[in-house]
Amino acid sequence: MKTPDPQRWKKIETEEYESLVQQVKPKPPLLKHCVWAFIVGGLICLLAQLIMNYLLYQGIDKVEASSYTAVVMIFLGAFLTGIGIYDELGKRAGAGSIVPITGFANAIVASAMEFKREGYIFGVGARIFTVAGPTLLFGFVVAVLIGLIKVFLSS
Amino acid sequence: MPAKKKRGAQTLVFDKPPVLTSWASIAGPKEGQGPWGQEFDWIMEDYLFGEESWEKAENKMLRETVKKALNKRNFDEADAEILMAGDLLNQLVSSNYAARQLGIPFLGLYGACSTMAESLLVAAILVDGEYFERVVAAACSHHYTAERQFRFPTEQGIQKTLSSQWTATAAGAVLLEPVGTGPRITAVSIGKVIDMDQKDANDMGSAMAPAAAHTIKTHFSDLNRPSDYYDLIVTGDLGKVGMAIAQQLFIRDGLQPEPNYSDCGVLLYDAIQEVNAGGSGCGCSACVLCGPLLKKMISGEINKLLFVATGALMSPVTSFQGESIPAIAHAVAIEN
Repeated sequence: MKTPDPQRWKKIETEEYESLVQQVKPKPPLLKHCVWAFIVGGLICLLAQLIMNYLLYQGIDKVEASSYTAVVMIFLGAFLTGIGIYDELGKRAGAGSIVPITGFANAIVASAMEFKREGYIFGVGARIFTVAGPTLLFGFVVAVLIGLIKVFLSS
Repeated sequence: MPAKKKRGAQTLVFDKPPVLTSWASIAGPKEGQGPWGQEFDWIMEDYLFGEESWEKAENKMLRETVKKALNKRNFDEADAEILMAGDLLNQLVSSNYAARQLGIPFLGLYGACSTMAESLLVAAILVDGEYFERVVAAACSHHYTAERQFRFPTEQGIQKTLSSQWTATAAGAVLLEPVGTGPRITAVSIGKVIDMDQKDANDMGSAMAPAAAHTIKTHFSDLNRPSDYYDLIVTGDLGKVGMAIAQQLFIRDGLQPEPNYSDCGVLLYDAIQEVNAGGSGCGCSACVLCGPLLKKMISGEINKLLFVATGALMSPVTSFQGESIPAIAHAVAIEN
């Protein structure tokens, strides 16, 4: 009789175990998460729209009004992070509070607060973009690529 | 010739079972609100514990717990001959810095969340081997120091999965002596590192359950004991998911009759405390042992306890590099 290959046995064993894990592991309540994300994300966007409409109503032109709106929303995201509300919101809303610009502010301010005790250079300075860094880097990369495409298309 | 005190593959028995003569526990604010809040010696009012940073708070928790365990026996730090302790932080800073102030000869141990069992079993060997007469075994963890090291900044709005666990803010310390009154450590089983190719860092229970089941099964077969020998088998921090899997594995391994089994991570919190699958961290099993469990042993409600602390031995670096999560479990048999 041939002795079974230990690696193959291990693979069968881990596959069997994985199926046991999948049976036992609780499934995320997707519908509940979606409703929460939709409502919270929607409310954040609604608030931004109200601010923008108010600015337009005050006679500020559209480009400037959107910049001001972004500034106000970023401030609100940062402020709510500072007073410990945004993470409570994020626990329930998930992507609803991560995707809007307020979520980006949350990621940066949360890191800054976290690493303040290690000082301003090696703490805040070095680690403020720990979470937001990938978004910034790849955001810049995509911006450059789109810029290049525009240059080629218009030449 | 086989070693005199070794049984089977992984188990040691003691000629003169070391006595747990004193113990102490500290729990954080959230743990204090849990179902066992009354059973801990000290409940912290806030997470800083009068210090400037969470790391300093964790170090103070360990220090105070060790002192408290010694003081209950009318000893102070100078009377302790050796301290064995560990925590979750890089370079074991909480334990190292606590030992700096305590001035007790010190061995730092890292077994992730299995540290309390690891420190207890090494301490028991040292006492039974007649090397020391007053040994302190301890472990601690702090929710926010662990969170920032292993996961995300604490103020970040992250949605946790249902299988994720809450690192307990807690510490426990035990004083072991060769003679005295109290429960005794009669046998220990040293676990193997088991890896079933689980990779989800938000699901430690699934990664650790096979290690716990393996150690428990080996403990019974090494000692030739029936699986209902103990009044209670308690794992460290498998949480709800890992506990359910462990129960399935007991059936698969043929542990019959079914042992009376629970898990410290499930016991530590109430269902409404938003901890998802339950508690984790070295402090979780340490404070449940040094709080409610040992009290129940003194009152005679439990006479034979198998304490099986479990640890997931990964780091954020290995997780990002796509490695699976190895896990370990050590068993300590405590009997009246």
